[in-house]
Amino acid sequence: MNVASVSDRHALADETTIPFRPGPPTRPQERRRTGTVSRQDAMYMLGAGISSLSTTMLIFGRLTSLHGKLGFYVVALLIYIVVYAVLVSLTENRPAVIDRVMTVLVTTCALIAFLALATVIGYTIFRGWDAIFRSNTYLQDLSRTGPQDGLDRGGIKHAIVGTLIMISLTLVFTVPLSVACAIYLNESRSRASGFVRTVVTAMTALPSILAGLFIFSAWILTLGFQRSGLAASIAVSIMMLPIMIRSADVVLRLVPGNLREASAALGAPQWRTVWHVVLPTARSGLMTSVILGVARGVGETAPVLLTAGYTATINYNPLKAPMVSLPLTAFELVRSPLQTQITRGFATAAVLMILVLILFSAARLLGGRPAGHHTKRQAKRATAHSRRDLVRMQARTRGMGR
Amino acid sequence: LTVSTVVDVATVDVPVPVPRRLSRRRRGSDRSFFAGVSVSGVVVLAIMLGVGLFLTLQATDALSKVGLWKFLTTERWEIGRARFGIAAVMTFTVEIALVAVVIAVPISMGTALFITEVAPRWLRSTLISLVDLMAAVPSVVYGLWGKALLQGQVVPLSRWLNTWFGWIPIFHVRGADPNSPLSSPSVYTASTFIAGIVVAMMVMPIQCVVMREVFSQVPLGEREGAYALGSTRWGMIRVVTLPFGRGGIIGGTMLGLGRALGETIAVVLIISPRFDITHHVLEAGSNSISALIANRYSEDLGLGLSALFAAGLALFAVTLVVNFTASWFVARSRSGASSEA
Repeated sequence: MNVASVSDRHALADETTIPFRPGPPTRPQERRRTGTVSRQDAMYMLGAGISSLSTTMLIFGRLTSLHGKLGFYVVALLIYIVVYAVLVSLTENRPAVIDRVMTVLVTTCALIAFLALATVIGYTIFRGWDAIFRSNTYLQDLSRTGPQDGLDRGGIKHAIVGTLIMISLTLVFTVPLSVACAIYLNESRSRASGFVRTVVTAMTALPSILAGLFIFSAWILTLGFQRSGLAASIAVSIMMLPIMIRSADVVLRLVPGNLREASAALGAPQWRTVWHVVLPTARSGLMTSVILGVARGVGETAPVLLTAGYTATINYNPLKAPMVSLPLTAFELVRSPLQTQITRGFATAAVLMILVLILFSAARLLGGRPAGHHTKRQAKRATAHSRRDLVRMQARTRGMGR
Repeated sequence: LTVSTVVDVATVDVPVPVPRRLSRRRRGSDRSFFAGVSVSGVVVLAIMLGVGLFLTLQATDALSKVGLWKFLTTERWEIGRARFGIAAVMTFTVEIALVAVVIAVPISMGTALFITEVAPRWLRSTLISLVDLMAAVPSVVYGLWGKALLQGQVVPLSRWLNTWFGWIPIFHVRGADPNSPLSSPSVYTASTFIAGIVVAMMVMPIQCVVMREVFSQVPLGEREGAYALGSTRWGMIRVVTLPFGRGGIIGGTMLGLGRALGETIAVVLIISPRFDITHHVLEAGSNSISALIANRYSEDLGLGLSALFAAGLALFAVTLVVNFTASWFVARSRSGASSEA
């Protein structure tokens, strides 16, 4: 490089315009909002809501002779949508207006669904309220309760006991069989297992009342057994079996293939792979499927109606004499014209629902964990197990060294 | 490494490698394990086929008595005079199920879309549990709710529909006078419409679970692509989510239809049975095959029971077709490979 060229570059540099660089920001930068609801939207919603409420109140009773709660809400919703669409169209274009209206509609659908659930639960508890909080409801049966007796006498102990006995029997029948069958479907990929799977899928379509009719005709009429808790649990089992096999099948299919392959590569025979790898991995999923199946079976009325008979006395023996379950008791009590019986029926339904709720929460607590993710205790147990294995292996290599 | 070690290794006497014999036959403990598991498969198969066979055998008695065609076209159910058929009960069953599905599908689709697209992330798992809980609520509870709470709310709606839309045949009610404010509400109670609404609430969560499952599998890239092209949320749902989930929507709908056809207790609680076909869904009185079985199973244990079996078999055939169509749709859709319905 010589001196001349340097001076040239100086000359060039003099002609360069330096681009404008903004200095440091004068005020702190604002984070851009990525949320979907702006303040304006909220104001629009509020405005449309107030407008639709007042218009509907004006329409109902003042301008026309419309009445009824359901109609009120429907009209209010329609007016809300129209007003809201008009408000949004003041500032936004057509696609945005359609988007807002559809969002309102979708949200309404969800609201209807969850409102229905809330009223189903709330109304049942409300109607059964007078009987739910009495100890005699849980400690007595209805055998000595006359039609004139108030709610302070008689209860549904017989139905609670009956439900517990029936569901335990059903579990004994279905759980081992359904898990074994699901293992069969998963471990054997032959034409035979494909056929079994098709038949099981077909039987999930069996209406539950037909399971009851089958047991009623085959077990009670043809074989001559009595109506009993056992008959009812067999009927519920026949209804539940295909459902539980299918859900267990799905859970087992979710076990990652590389776990099976790792086990096979270590030389484990198939049954060891199933027992030590597949089943422990799928344990929480299997528990969930069993519990949800039980929740379904507990609430089943139709097969029990045909096979268990109806009684107001407590019966601990599932082999003999009629035995009732909670849903059947609720069904029979509510059909009575007496107000006290109807209240008892709703209380029975509420107890049944609480039972289902407990089972359901148990399923949520136990399940919902993907295959291979351990709880703290499971992880601790697994670590302890591998530590023991390590000690064992070290002892063996030391022995070989000598 | 030196050259000599390489030579050493090469000169070691290596046996000629013989390929290991691979056998797919199970040996020893595996064979007994497999035999045990297969037995359970065979037992399940035997039970299921046994039930199916028994239903068919029991039904033949009644079918041979009146003939298949007569059985399918007769409306009455008079066992003593050997005049019975499923024309009326099957029609009512299908009507109840259709009302249920027509009401349930928009709600379940909206709820599924709300959960996957609109609801804030922290709320999603709660909503999913709530829908699952709704599916687990026993049918007798829905029945009580429908009979005691819903009926009173729906009767004014029925009256309104009849008053303003009575010229549409399905909303017409015979014997109702819309101009008289004193007319008895009993012409509107216990109708197909009310039973349909209750059954709709029961099948809604079943449909919603399937649809939500499918909607949640929409590829993120396609969602983001739509957004990047300037789509609104609804635009994205319309061009990406709904086409992707079409199989799930159809499959879920049909799965719900299958459940709606077989529902017993809620229908028994609400309807008052009748045996003449009517397509006016708001009119009092309705019927269904499962309600018929629940009401009549102990009346006539000979021919009557056989006739009930035949009716039940017809119902089973319909639900079977519906369910298999549902799984066919789900399995063939783009999203269906991994979903469980």
